[in-house]
Amino acid sequence: MKEIKFTIDGKECKGKNGQTIVEAAKDNGVYIPTLCHFEGLKPAGTCRICTVKVGGRNMAACTTPITEGMMVENNILELEDMRKAIIEMLFVEGNHMCPTCEKSGNCELQALAYRYGMMAPRFPYMWPIRQVDATIPKIYLDRNRCVQCLRCVRGITTKDGRHIFGLINRGGKTMIHVDDELAADITERQAAKAMEMCPVGAILKKEVGFVVPIGKRKFDTKPIGSEIQK
Amino acid sequence: MSKPVVATASLAGCFGCHMSLLDIDDRILTLIDLVEFNKSPIDDIKTFTKQCDIGIIEGGCCNSENVENLRNFRKNCKILISLGECAIMGGLPAMRNGIPIKDCLEEAYLNSPTVDDKIIPNDDELPMILDRVYPCHEIVKIDYFLPGCPPRADLIWQALVALLEGKPLDLPYEVVKFD
Repeated sequence: MKEIKFTIDGKECKGKNGQTIVEAAKDNGVYIPTLCHFEGLKPAGTCRICTVKVGGRNMAACTTPITEGMMVENNILELEDMRKAIIEMLFVEGNHMCPTCEKSGNCELQALAYRYGMMAPRFPYMWPIRQVDATIPKIYLDRNRCVQCLRCVRGITTKDGRHIFGLINRGGKTMIHVDDELAADITERQAAKAMEMCPVGAILKKEVGFVVPIGKRKFDTKPIGSEIQK
Repeated sequence: MSKPVVATASLAGCFGCHMSLLDIDDRILTLIDLVEFNKSPIDDIKTFTKQCDIGIIEGGCCNSENVENLRNFRKNCKILISLGECAIMGGLPAMRNGIPIKDCLEEAYLNSPTVDDKIIPNDDELPMILDRVYPCHEIVKIDYFLPGCPPRADLIWQALVALLEGKPLDLPYEVVKFD
């Protein structure tokens, strides 16, 4: 396979043909923050946290493939502040009550807020009214926390490839919905996978909760991305 | 030079943040050497007796008394700090924000299975409940935010020391948490 040479913030990097900037950066020990991106799923580019500059243009690093000689800017003040702003926007446009959330400590949105040093969002809270769906077997769907990354929509399907999660409505009223018929047969494994895939606490598995104690959760001691950053 | 003066208040909070302040353990002895406390539940001084340097606010605003108290703090303190999730975003009390105030009152005072006299309290002596719970920075200007539920004792300590010494705040990753 053809090797591609490119740079991130001046650092010489090598990647494979067809890799996205996020994937190639990871192989070269450079962390580009992601939220909607999930390894193994087709990138959707919905959250824009991975935005980098390529030739002065803002591009989503999770959907843009690398090309020969590409010059990527990643760790620059302008982008870092914009990423922080996106995180803050996500916090105010939903109802994210970390102290009451089961995903706290394992939540990627929260972990990104920690990484970017968010003490309080710069935007006013919107307090949207969102519905909780507890009627689905094996999982809760709490839309208050949903960031509409579409990971569950892309990643959770039945054996014959039908989507269990989907989007309904448009614009500001867009929300995740579950196909009742398909969700009726959801397996333990799918439920666990859906919870793991959800970056926030919008999908939770029923009959378990707060299993891991404070101090031992995923992002309690190490910032998100520290396993990639060399 | 006289010691910097600190005042604290718990608005719509649970006093957990104040407990966390006490959680600095024996450093509290150093703290009393460093600062003087004015209006605060810690020394039970009820009204401001002088202009303060630092005001620490726990809890958001859920009623008219909270708002008055918070504005009073802004007037009397040079620096105001929002301490904890409730002060920063409303916290647990803000879970009522999506429910109309009428429904909240009816649920609490009329429809709850344990109520005896079915009356919604309405007396001039009682503070008026607000339409929703407001974070402190939506009512007055807040200078610093220390998140956590409760904020870690180390966070409170290091922030206070940095502020008193006028040094930049370099926090370890573990001390800034939202839960």
